[in-house]
Amino acid sequence: MKPAAFDYMAAETLEEAVSALARAGGDGKILAGGQSLVPMLNFRLVRPSILIDINRIRNLGNVDVTGDVVRIGALTRHHSLETSPVIKAHLPVMTAAMQHVAHLAVRNRGTIGGSLSHADPAAELPMLAVLLDAKIAIRSLHGRRVADARRFFTGSLTTDLKHDEIVTDVEFPRLSPNVGWAFEETARRAGDFALAAVAVTMSTRDGKADRVRIGMMGVGETPLRAPEAEDLLAGKAIDAQVLEAAASTIVAAVEPHTDLHASADYRRFLVGALARRAIRAAWQRACGALP
Amino acid sequence: MIAHKKIKLTVNGVVYERTVEPRLLLSDFLRVDLGLTGTHVGCEHGVCGACTIIVNGDSARSCLMLAVQADGAMIETVESLGSIRKLNSVQRAFHEHHALQCGFCTPGMLMTVTDLLRKYPLATDEQIRGGLSGNLCRCTGYEHIVEAVRALVRQREGAP
Repeated sequence: MKPAAFDYMAAETLEEAVSALARAGGDGKILAGGQSLVPMLNFRLVRPSILIDINRIRNLGNVDVTGDVVRIGALTRHHSLETSPVIKAHLPVMTAAMQHVAHLAVRNRGTIGGSLSHADPAAELPMLAVLLDAKIAIRSLHGRRVADARRFFTGSLTTDLKHDEIVTDVEFPRLSPNVGWAFEETARRAGDFALAAVAVTMSTRDGKADRVRIGMMGVGETPLRAPEAEDLLAGKAIDAQVLEAAASTIVAAVEPHTDLHASADYRRFLVGALARRAIRAAWQRACGALP
Repeated sequence: MIAHKKIKLTVNGVVYERTVEPRLLLSDFLRVDLGLTGTHVGCEHGVCGACTIIVNGDSARSCLMLAVQADGAMIETVESLGSIRKLNSVQRAFHEHHALQCGFCTPGMLMTVTDLLRKYPLATDEQIRGGLSGNLCRCTGYEHIVEAVRALVRQREGAP
């Protein structure tokens, strides 16, 4: 339970960090909050030759709103997102999701950049990025690029990040106050990774659901959207029958795995139940019937 | 051969300068290098909460930080809270409500509760239990720990 030996450098700037990462040639790891990386080091599941600590880099942990975009710096801690009035005002679905993220001592250190780069299929922030079509800004020695969240997650604990790249910030589209939203999760114990979760955003037009987004996690190798159910709901007033049709579509579309924590059948059942709850609550909020 | 790093940090108000191997966990640094064995080490992968300390004002798992990361940090461990002769309020509440038995989880519980009281209303038992859920206790069944926290919340709100 002690890490294998590695070298360590505390980068003062992003340039220093990406240079060191490039020099490490695939054998370096970025250390942000360390709440997933350090357990993996302790178990010796990863044995990097060098850790590049980015915690001392300035201005990498800010949350700001420009126009219709909420930009969240990679070093923003989970506890900051949980308690940020800016996030509550513009991304209330994120405030709700953060209530489910681990425990205070972990939220005090864990970062959004780390969570996205680690890409646990049962983690809340990757799912929100997929739900809201976030843009993930990435830097390397060669420059800057932006990845669509829906293409960023390629498998369990696997992303589109190259070995010399680092996530610098994430841009979420601001949700206007009339967007209905909901986040529903089931975990074995408070703060555990989710067995499954469903998040929904939608607006209404002429009394019908519009611009429906459904995100899911715990039922695949990556966070997922439910495009068939989104299409099914769009343009409809959501009653019990429509709700049931959308939930059945979702249950039929997912292919969850059986593991130590839950069977595939149970996860399929669960995602249907969570979807029903989340779609109903998002619809009620969009109609102004829920705060 | 990997170069050791020089670090300077403040622990419970005392400044320490030491040279450490990069892979040394902060929990081991506190216990072995500084002899501050109040911080307990349970699972060493961030699950049990026994090693919880306060780093720059926020609770953290000391088994999920490296000693080198604490360069320049202000750290508080359970030793900062009080002494057997003079318990602080959190320790006294645990004592009065019988919130510990074997005591292994207690240092982490005390540091966690210290941070929870600063950051959350803890107005309901659900919130208190949620706040404590990252710290495992195998003796008490948690009930008396929840009672101690309830009493601390009442004290914080100014009740007699």
